[in-house]
Amino acid sequence: MSSFRGRDVLSIREFSRADIERVLRAARKMVPIALGKKVSRSLEGKILGTLFYEPSTRTRLSFESAMIRLGGRALGFSGAEGTSVQKGESLADTIRMVEAYSDGIVLRHPQEGAARLAAEFSEKPVINAGDGAGQHPTQTLLDLYTIWDEKGGIEGRNVALVGDLKYGRTVHSLAYALAELGATLAFVSPPTLEMPREIVEHVKERGLAVRMTHHLEEVIHDADVLYVTRIQKERFPDPQEYEKVAGTYRIDTALLRDAKRDLIIMHPLPRITEIAPEVDRTRHALYFKQAFNGVPVRMALLDLVLGGGE
Amino acid sequence: MRELRVTPIKNGTVIDHIPAGMALKVLKILRIGDAVASTVTVAMHVPSRAMGWKDIVKVEDRELGVREVEKIALIAPTATVNVIRNYNVAEKRRVTLPDRAVGILRCANPNCITNAREPVDTEFVVKSKAPLRVFCKYCDRELEDVAAHIV
Repeated sequence: MSSFRGRDVLSIREFSRADIERVLRAARKMVPIALGKKVSRSLEGKILGTLFYEPSTRTRLSFESAMIRLGGRALGFSGAEGTSVQKGESLADTIRMVEAYSDGIVLRHPQEGAARLAAEFSEKPVINAGDGAGQHPTQTLLDLYTIWDEKGGIEGRNVALVGDLKYGRTVHSLAYALAELGATLAFVSPPTLEMPREIVEHVKERGLAVRMTHHLEEVIHDADVLYVTRIQKERFPDPQEYEKVAGTYRIDTALLRDAKRDLIIMHPLPRITEIAPEVDRTRHALYFKQAFNGVPVRMALLDLVLGGGE
Repeated sequence: MRELRVTPIKNGTVIDHIPAGMALKVLKILRIGDAVASTVTVAMHVPSRAMGWKDIVKVEDRELGVREVEKIALIAPTATVNVIRNYNVAEKRRVTLPDRAVGILRCANPNCITNAREPVDTEFVVKSKAPLRVFCKYCDRELEDVAAHIV
């Protein structure tokens, strides 16, 4: 297990199983603080630079909330308008400037590899909060935390990933990490949106069984977790292709009649039509709790990386 | 008397054992086009005991830089580079592909940060040499057509 202090968090693939479990345990301890029931000053005097080159309500607010809950402060921008970025400043230069104003940097950027580049120009730790269609490791950690916390572990749990498995970046990182932690995986997608071959191979190389199907009904009865993703219209060059697959999977109470009593349904949000609103009232609905979990997980990570958590 | 297809050169570089058909790509890497100051000789589809057929490129009065040799290794991993000084082979080496290809390839992903005028060299991790498989260090994507992305 490697030390977290000062470490860049760029891709979940750089996390060993021990690293992930350490973040999950630390996150659980953060929950009362995230809920405002306990007070922490562990990051007092620390400043987090939050550079959001594209808007992201949930990720940015949960990072800022996490920092403030630990007694630190956050400064930065959301959307590049009105900043030196709009004047054509390179990411490298912006990073060198912000590095001087903060103890760590959280970066969301529309281009793949931006966080790795930023880390090369910064002595201070860089946390990737999503780079284009690339990595989004804190989303993966909060997804893992939600499963781990609700199911009492991850190894051997039946996790079905449902929807756009081809373009959805969250499911790629999540599939890697779940394989690392020994979950039993099922990939449910339309034929045109299947999980990329290299990820399926990676899971199999780890000696894990993986089921691939186009039919949700085939996995619903033995799933412990349904991880549902939105089929994103903007990924389709041809609107007709989108219409063909949009609405392929719709989780409603009729479908859930065959599910385990303790099945949990997760979704990175925002959802459109994949999960019927009637499901929100069932015991299966975990997606709002999952969104909340972003705070304690990011608190744990900030605490480990910026100092107090070692 | 055996007829010599290509005459010896006094000073320069002989790139031998290029896989047949790749000579023109080697010329492109060496930027041999309109503004060439010295003689360049190309032999294509030459019989070779070791390879069956091969290509040869001779460039007079020029020795190659490290990055040029790395680029050649990407498309012609079997090539040998002979440095000729005063008609003698002063150095003879096989091209070697480094584990990391730095600054010699362009990422094919238009949305990769290395295509955004940032002050960095591209860097590709060579995961496999035969068959050649390289991945961008920044965006993690595999580069499909390596020869077409040599800078």
